[in-house]
Amino acid sequence: MKKKLTTVMFRGTRAQEEQLDAVIAELRDTQGAMMPIMQKAQDIYGYLPIEVQKMIAVKMGVPLEEVYGIASFYSQFRLNPTGEVSIAVCLGTACYVKGSGDITDRIKIKLGIEPGSTSPDGKFSLECTRCIGACGLAPVLTINNDVYGRLSTGDVDGILAKYM
Amino acid sequence: MDTVNVKINGKEYSVPAGSTVLEAAKIANIDIPTLCYLKDINEIGACRLCLVEVKGARGLVTACVYPVNEGMEITTNSPKIRAARKTNLELLLSNHDRRCLSCVKSTTCELQKLCQEYGVEEGHFTGVKSEYPLDESSVAIIRDNNKCILCRRCTAACTQLQGIGAIGANDRGFDTHIASPFEMPLAETTCINCGQCVVACPTGALYERDDTKQVFDAIADPTKHVAICAAPSVRATIGECFGYEPGTDVEGKMVAAMKALGFDGVYDMNLTADLTIMEEATEFLDRFQNGGKLPLITSCSPGWIKYCEHYFPEMTENLSSCKSPQQMFGAMYKTYYAQKVGLDPKDIFFVSVIPCTAKKFEVKRDGQNAAGVPDVDVAITTRELARMIETAGINFRDLADEKFDQPFDIGSGAGAIFGATGGVMEAALRTAAEVITGQTLEKLDFEEVRGTAGIKRASYKLGDVEIKVAVCSGTANANRLLKAVEAGEEKVDFIEIMACPGGCVNGGGQPVQPAVVRNNVNLREKRAAVLYNADKNLLNIRKSHENSAVKKLYDEFLEHPGSHKAHEILHTHYVKRGL
Repeated sequence: MKKKLTTVMFRGTRAQEEQLDAVIAELRDTQGAMMPIMQKAQDIYGYLPIEVQKMIAVKMGVPLEEVYGIASFYSQFRLNPTGEVSIAVCLGTACYVKGSGDITDRIKIKLGIEPGSTSPDGKFSLECTRCIGACGLAPVLTINNDVYGRLSTGDVDGILAKYM
Repeated sequence: MDTVNVKINGKEYSVPAGSTVLEAAKIANIDIPTLCYLKDINEIGACRLCLVEVKGARGLVTACVYPVNEGMEITTNSPKIRAARKTNLELLLSNHDRRCLSCVKSTTCELQKLCQEYGVEEGHFTGVKSEYPLDESSVAIIRDNNKCILCRRCTAACTQLQGIGAIGANDRGFDTHIASPFEMPLAETTCINCGQCVVACPTGALYERDDTKQVFDAIADPTKHVAICAAPSVRATIGECFGYEPGTDVEGKMVAAMKALGFDGVYDMNLTADLTIMEEATEFLDRFQNGGKLPLITSCSPGWIKYCEHYFPEMTENLSSCKSPQQMFGAMYKTYYAQKVGLDPKDIFFVSVIPCTAKKFEVKRDGQNAAGVPDVDVAITTRELARMIETAGINFRDLADEKFDQPFDIGSGAGAIFGATGGVMEAALRTAAEVITGQTLEKLDFEEVRGTAGIKRASYKLGDVEIKVAVCSGTANANRLLKAVEAGEEKVDFIEIMACPGGCVNGGGQPVQPAVVRNNVNLREKRAAVLYNADKNLLNIRKSHENSAVKKLYDEFLEHPGSHKAHEILHTHYVKRGL
């Protein structure tokens, strides 16, 4: 397996760590504390990179693998930060049969990132989502709050250019 | 003890209340098959091989975690049960690479054995299969997830026995696999190479790096002088690879087999265990009497050393600077012995056979090259030596006993017990006591530090000083003890720590016993009994400082314990690794 470290540099602040400390102090003795601590850590940092998972592991006195095991089990936890430009391609059934797989491939080539990851400069992130309920517009993708529908692969470059 | 009455396969039994169905069946002399169950550390009912019928229960139940109650009627063998177990095995095989021919565990694999017993069809369930690259990053341990059945015995050993958690279950559903955090290679984690995962694994998903080819090649090379020394506990366990009961002393046959393999010298590491004691007891007394850093902690166990460097970096100053007996042996061989017989250290290929996977890491550490070349070239485990003996076609069981070669053939009883938890402490106390008091010790048995308890404490009055000692094995226990020491809650002068629970006799390089043996036989105790028997009944000398071969090393070469020369050759340093 390839190492699953994000390529985006960690920019955690002292203030964020203090917030995390407060969360851990509040929750550490409750049963099943790991989930809420990790959720709140993700609220604080936006994602759970190795630096944050290590902090949680050390402060909670558990192996890093225990934290990572949980983080990789639940899809709600992110190992990469959301980019400034957050792209989500719908891979629901309708979009998929209308070619959203090809659209994803074009974005991958254009930006050089895999679904679930973020470009090293933190600008673009790419997600593949389940049905977003806009099947009438299939195939559909969203970028931040903008929706683009009835796409073909030829549209991709032009749309991305707006955000470059 | 409260008991309950149960019916197993139609017969009445009275079993302890609170037993599981699996334990109750054992009392009825029935082995229910298991794959994931390891007593005390992995009781999760995940593999579903131990399915049995319980009257009134909905469906089949997992015997390993299902408690008995009064009047319970259990069936352990029926067409329905056999069919369910067979299906579950076939499901496990559906995502297994089934490359038994080249598998190190072939013929000793628990999965393979059950598949044969249940007559499974290999290709019954076809579909997508996971494919994982081997993790060969570690010098000691190799992981092959293609053979993993996700029983989690390895992660239980790593987390519960050792308190490390270098590996665990990552991802979810069909993608679930055992790996390190962020898919880091094992070598980049806090893995201490102890190999407790390897001896816990029921299949071939975890195994030691096989270094036997290097050894065979060296033996075949006429320009090389190839020597081997055997650690104290190997003679107590290697018999298990050749069908002997656990706890059989096969020293003579082991020596004969090593000679038959063609080594130029076959030696006893008990001797350098004694040498370690000379240096370590001297170091302890020096620190104790002159206000040095205490507690002194033993340094024979390379798994423990790496644990200390990761988890207690500030305590590396407490570690004895003594090399381990393995490294001392190689160092003395390539300096003293090379000089004595006129060999160039570069032409010597020194092999150690040890119960330990962590020793493979130790031979590659910095500061382990007294003669300018590595002290030890290759460390092979008990299992690897057994494999070499088999490959060479040597009939181990039929060999006549032979003796170790001079001049490294004498070991004391104190050196022999190094292989069990408490042994190093006891050996050190025998010597320290006589040095402190200047009198002959009457009672040589320090019973309080013996036995398989995880943490042992004792206090001894030697002359007019009192020495507080502690002994622990299993790094999870070491963690507990050292936290208390760090917090000042516990005051100790001298601590022995071995990474593996029970010490080297239960090391990660020892013969792998299936769960049915591990769960029902006290391997640590049986194997250790061989060493204590040798100490008490077989060996003429029971104190390291009375070993004439060790005295000779000091007279001819090292001068005296703790000398400048001894420090150059027999001592080393550590690094602060952190998490």
